[in-house]
Amino acid sequence: MTQRWPLLLFALVMAALPLLPGIPPFWIVLLNNIGLAALVAMGLVLLTGVGGLTSFGQAAFCGFGAYTTAVLTTAYGLSPWLTLPLSLLVSGAAAVLLGIITVRLSGHYLPLGTLAWGLGLYYLFGKLEFLGRNDGISAIPPLQIGSWRMLDASSIYYVIWIAVIVAAVLTTNLLDSRTGRGIRALRRGHVAAEAFGINTARAKLLVFIYAAVLAGLSGWLYAHFQRAANPTPFGAHASIEYLFIAVVGGAGFIWGGVLGAFIVILLKEILQSYLPLLFGGHGQLELIVFGIVLVALIQFAPGGVWPWLTALLPFKRAPKQTDASLALPPRTAETAAPPVLLQLDGARKQFGGVTAVNNVSFSVNAREIVALIGPNGAGKSTTFNLITRVLHSTAGRITVCGTDIDGTTPQQIARLGVARTFQHVKLIPDMTVLENVAIGAHLRGHAGAIASMLRLDRAEEARLLAEAARQIERVGLGAQRDQLAGSLSLGQQRIVEIARALCVDPVLLLLDEPAAGLRHMEKQQLAALLRQLRDGGMSILLVEHDMGFVMDLADRIVVLDFGTKIAEGTPEVVRTNPDVIRAYLGAAA
Amino acid sequence: MNATILLFLIQDGITNGAVYALLGLAMVLVFAVTRVILIPQGEFVAYGALTYATLAAGQLPGTASLAVAMGVVAFAFDLFSARRSWRAATILRAFAVDILFPVAVLALTFWAAGRHNVIAVNIALSLLIVAAIGLFLYRIVFQPIAHTSVLVLLIASVGAHLALEGFGLVFFGAEGLRGPAISDAAVSIGQLQITGQSLAVYAITIALIVALWLFFDFTVYGKALRATAVNRLGARLVGIRTSLSGQMAFLLASVIGAISGILIVPITTLYYDTGFIVGLKGFVAAIIGGLVSYPITAVAAIVVGLVESFASFHASNYKEVIVFTLIIPVLVLRSLAAPEVEEEKE
Repeated sequence: MTQRWPLLLFALVMAALPLLPGIPPFWIVLLNNIGLAALVAMGLVLLTGVGGLTSFGQAAFCGFGAYTTAVLTTAYGLSPWLTLPLSLLVSGAAAVLLGIITVRLSGHYLPLGTLAWGLGLYYLFGKLEFLGRNDGISAIPPLQIGSWRMLDASSIYYVIWIAVIVAAVLTTNLLDSRTGRGIRALRRGHVAAEAFGINTARAKLLVFIYAAVLAGLSGWLYAHFQRAANPTPFGAHASIEYLFIAVVGGAGFIWGGVLGAFIVILLKEILQSYLPLLFGGHGQLELIVFGIVLVALIQFAPGGVWPWLTALLPFKRAPKQTDASLALPPRTAETAAPPVLLQLDGARKQFGGVTAVNNVSFSVNAREIVALIGPNGAGKSTTFNLITRVLHSTAGRITVCGTDIDGTTPQQIARLGVARTFQHVKLIPDMTVLENVAIGAHLRGHAGAIASMLRLDRAEEARLLAEAARQIERVGLGAQRDQLAGSLSLGQQRIVEIARALCVDPVLLLLDEPAAGLRHMEKQQLAALLRQLRDGGMSILLVEHDMGFVMDLADRIVVLDFGTKIAEGTPEVVRTNPDVIRAYLGAAA
Repeated sequence: MNATILLFLIQDGITNGAVYALLGLAMVLVFAVTRVILIPQGEFVAYGALTYATLAAGQLPGTASLAVAMGVVAFAFDLFSARRSWRAATILRAFAVDILFPVAVLALTFWAAGRHNVIAVNIALSLLIVAAIGLFLYRIVFQPIAHTSVLVLLIASVGAHLALEGFGLVFFGAEGLRGPAISDAAVSIGQLQITGQSLAVYAITIALIVALWLFFDFTVYGKALRATAVNRLGARLVGIRTSLSGQMAFLLASVIGAISGILIVPITTLYYDTGFIVGLKGFVAAIIGGLVSYPITAVAAIVVGLVESFASFHASNYKEVIVFTLIIPVLVLRSLAAPEVEEEKE
């Protein structure tokens, strides 16, 4: 379990602050602004820092939240508490609409798209009659509990900071869960995540909506704190400032968002109030100094201040405990291990004029280790990608467990019980080995985002982690379980990928160069493990360049050369095949 | 709407569009080479325009001093990064570029300010001043963090934008300025009057686009920049100094920005902060060009100019809304058309 006392301490300090005698009321206003910004920044941390989706339009969602309550409370006289869910709903609905368009944008198009609708919405807020055009809406009623009207800054202070702390806890819970691992996998590209059944498009939309709802909450609070709403705080400058806050604080860390809000807002305030005293009346200096300080901060700590700060603290995060007695029910096999698990009939893949895989046919039977070998560029990894639907074959038929995979997605292949590793390791370097491996068990859990936030997923989560721990022990990396995956050697990272694949509880395991980067002893251990898996009922298809390893291990070998199958058979047959010798050693041999 | 208005709108749209095209090209260039989304492009525009207008009014622009100050900081950065291997040639080169160049420009500006110069002298001085600022901006802000993510670079870019905008307010005040036209000539075709200034805008835009094309396709430096854009590490391995490529991209971008500013300042009054929104529209064009294609960017910029011109006639309230939402369908199309590639991030 994560340690709770720093959070409690923080909550106590924040609760006590306004009660201190002699604290200037203006400080409370500042703290309110910090809280409001922290809420938006927290959403951005999840969206941008963790999920890798940069948004320049976050302030527009604050606008949706603020204007919803502004219109409903002033024009229709609704209670602010009634408009809270409506504000969140409107921001969320806007996020669904914009998200469906935006989230599918790839690469740099995504941030640019958010910038575009961010600007468009800002101008729209300022033009619409019922939103009061550029003057906005004023005389918004304050929040009220019973007869207590929260008119001054120190009364709404508690509402704002309770919202911040609750949001931080919920967000932390979300990231530390099955859904959260799916979100954290997004930043490293979608291929690995989808190979383990994570619906990346849905995960992206989820964080997008989540961030928008947090921004909407901030907007709702803002409207009742300022008691007015106009377009200015919801424009591009504000959106960019929220990004600053997240990046300066530490875009990968929830508390980085809160810390960033403190840094940026206090910095601006200090500059605004003290610079004129130093340099006379030049108000514009604050902008200059703010810009320069921002650049200096980024150069000093490109990863943000939060990770730099936590690295200075003497204590480390406690490793996760797992309970070995918990077991995950085996994945319910769709079919009871058919005799032929994988069948390729004339599979073909063309990239423009290049035929990478040329009418290749072979099969993998139950309880069999088949090796796919061939010189570099023979089409081995492409074949893997065809089988796992990362690439779509140009022609031919591929069946997995009797199902024709034409038109399926990588997630469905994972559901069929096929798990894979990658030639170029695709782990998430800033997650621990345990968390990385647990991604493999994604399809064996069911808890959704809301259950995760409310910690209703703990029983299932414990089982998932126990399974991950078991597979890590099985591949012999128990000592490295709580290290960050990025800190392991490349050979060990390949083994972690195998453990992750085993977490799927697969019937067919596809291994792309599993022995590369391993020492001799490690290779022998790996071979022993693979034999043990086969004897346990699993089938394995592997690509490997170490001929000693392959000849020792494989039951059958398929040889590819320039995309075409040139030989197939037992190691003895393949070893003496003249075509194979020619392909490997050249024509003269 | 009659034919005169139509023609007028088209002309107005193309003139604005041409300026957006220049800015869009500069942004594409900088992004391709350095991965920096150049928000301060707007400041280059404003600095160029206002420096030119100030010189024309016979005063000393503060930007010349800013260039010297940034040069000193850049020299300090150069000394710091050279601290492990002191080589006279490196230090001398840094001194020449960082100190001598801006000081010489400042001296020239001192000499020129207050005289009645020919327009060409004022233009040349403005370009030199903004070029120096652009060059040092890369050296100080971006070169130390050139390896970080696009997001971090962007935040630094915004920081630079804020600081430069603040300086703009200090140097030029909150009042807008207008500069003298490059040419007072005017040609009438039927009812349509084309000013010499618009013709100058078209000619210079086309000349710059051709020059950029020649530069990138036929010179070693141009090819080196493109190589850096495609693969930073690969470019370094074959001996291209990527920091030099970055400096060059910024140099080009700042000069292009300043030229745009000088071209529009006789047509519309520019304020210290006008550059941001003008730059953003160039950016819209650059986005439509996918931040990679120069010809599409140029065409898109003309389209943006036209849309803006017609929108301001028919629905002036929603002009900005229309211009900025214009790119969303384009982005969706581009994204769908682009093959889905798995980029290795970080």
